[in-house]
Amino acid sequence: MTKAPIYRSLRRRIVAITLVVSIAPLLTLGAVIYHQYIKVFEARIEDQIRHLARSQANAVDVFLNDRTTLLAVLVATRSFEELGDQRRLDALFDVITRSADGLGLVDLGVIAADGCQVAYAGPFALIGLDYSREAWFRETMSRGSHISDVFTGYRQLPHFIIAIRGHSVQGPWIMRATIDSQVFNRLVRSVRVGESGDAYIINPEGFLQTEARLAGQVLDRSALAPQRFGEEATVLRQPMGNGATRYVAGAWLKSKDWLLIVSQDSADQINSLYRTRDAEIIIILLGCLAIVIATVITTRTIVSRLQHADRDLNALNAQLLQRDKMAALGKMAAGIAHEINNPLAVIGEKAGWIRDLLDDPALQDSAVLPELMTSVDKIESHVERARKITHRMLGFARRMEPRLDDVDVNRVLGETVELLQNHARVNDIRIDLDLADDLPIIASDQSQLQQVFLNLLNNAIDAIGKDGVITGTTRRAGKEIHITITDNGPGIPPEHLARVFDPFFTTKDPGQGTGLGLAISFQIIEKMGGRLLLENVTPRGSRATVILPVVIPEPK
Amino acid sequence: MRQPTILVVDDEIDFLETIVNRLRKRGMAAEGVDNGREAIRRIVETPFDVVLLDIKMPGGMDGIEVLRQIKEQRPETEVILLTGHASVETSLEGMELGAFDYLLKPMRFEELLKKIAVALEK
Repeated sequence: MTKAPIYRSLRRRIVAITLVVSIAPLLTLGAVIYHQYIKVFEARIEDQIRHLARSQANAVDVFLNDRTTLLAVLVATRSFEELGDQRRLDALFDVITRSADGLGLVDLGVIAADGCQVAYAGPFALIGLDYSREAWFRETMSRGSHISDVFTGYRQLPHFIIAIRGHSVQGPWIMRATIDSQVFNRLVRSVRVGESGDAYIINPEGFLQTEARLAGQVLDRSALAPQRFGEEATVLRQPMGNGATRYVAGAWLKSKDWLLIVSQDSADQINSLYRTRDAEIIIILLGCLAIVIATVITTRTIVSRLQHADRDLNALNAQLLQRDKMAALGKMAAGIAHEINNPLAVIGEKAGWIRDLLDDPALQDSAVLPELMTSVDKIESHVERARKITHRMLGFARRMEPRLDDVDVNRVLGETVELLQNHARVNDIRIDLDLADDLPIIASDQSQLQQVFLNLLNNAIDAIGKDGVITGTTRRAGKEIHITITDNGPGIPPEHLARVFDPFFTTKDPGQGTGLGLAISFQIIEKMGGRLLLENVTPRGSRATVILPVVIPEPK
Repeated sequence: MRQPTILVVDDEIDFLETIVNRLRKRGMAAEGVDNGREAIRRIVETPFDVVLLDIKMPGGMDGIEVLRQIKEQRPETEVILLTGHASVETSLEGMELGAFDYLLKPMRFEELLKKIAVALEK
């Protein structure tokens, strides 16, 4: 099959358009789904971390409230004199330290209204120190209860305290407890945030109140701006360089103006996201691959069918063209022949008249009489020749409608072959017949059919010249009868194939043939509703195929 | 024996004259007219034994119409149609209208004589 460029480009166009139309939506859908998934994914992470921050803040609140309540109960139930007594305080503290984690208290202290610590139980030497200028002291005195921010104080170590004000006859006093940083930090960091997570507390000015894992040490300035965190636990998203995102949730404590920060990198969760994304990409790629393969195969099939259809169409068009050509030529031939007939008639009659006049007795002695008679004879014979030509041409132009006989195709072919048997034998040409035995009798014009067979067989004999084989076959093919006449001559030169049915086309010498044989045969078969085809065969030779429609004769 | 009377109708003057002359040379009283109207007029005037009628005569009366008129006016006259090949159909139509026979132009004069002889016998 010739791969004409037009079919290549058609194939390409169809493939391109189909691929774009089918793959584009697929990719778009994939992208949309992926983005939706990411959004949901991220929302989930946010929710998780928000919840984490909130619940952790609640836990810290509980811790602080418990300690505050403990002190408040102590202050409410014991007097300043009782707790201010060092031995009593020591005993009380002893009980506390024996509890779990020492209740998270490092020390206890009792401070009088003037700021002097009158009793202290704990690891540091802080008895008698003056706290009157400390902010926490003033706060506690005025508010009654206070949780301080982290500070270094006298002990030069970062710590924070809870202080409760009590009342005595002599006036207010304060009970103070230092929270165990280790215990507190452990509590704060107990939230599960994975490998890259962190949890810590910052105060409204942004200073860390606990030891963060990554964000810094206690009392460092945090990079976060606490104002960004609102009433409800707020989540910030910070894109990091490597494509992951850091989620930072902040929840304000209720018991103190502290902000509990929980941070988490999406990197931990991102693996599952990547896996999903990769799976989706693979699925889409496979889908695209399937589409491409299917498209290419389908397009190829369609275009090749198209090519075949075009070829058939072209062949049909060529036949129609041939028929039109013949009709046009026929009309022209008819016109010409008809015009010529009139002068021919005159010439013929005039020649006859001259012959009549030459009978005159007065001319009998003339020396030129024989020559005149001969000339008249010649004129008449050539007029006759011309007449034959024009009659045949007019016969070609307007065939009478074929008569309808009951025709046995096998017999007609057989009889025609017999007619030519001698002629063929003389030239060492063998004629073989392979006739189907299931051919129906058809309604057709027997003499015209024989004329066609005669013409085709003669052509075959002429093609071979000397020494060859001609094969005649008949076959039934559905509603048609196929008759083929094949010779093993040199075949028809390809450049002549298109013109063999043209009237007056002949490869013989002038005078050897009119070139009308095939043209007339073509017309006869066409008029019968059939087709006449001529083609070359391999390895050598040509084949004429007559296709006749099976027309059942009418019952007479 | 009376001379057979032949009327030749053809618009090709050269042809007409030659046929008339050749018929006369063979002892027939032949006359020629070159159009249909004249032919009708002539045949109404005088009866003819045979009429040679060219079917295709452009202009004026159609050959078939002339035939019809002749058959009407002089039904005993035999008409032989001369025709170019393309008007074979017309000549068949003419046969149905009562023409005796037809000949294709250009014709063999001997054929014409034969047909005239047969027509005269009727």
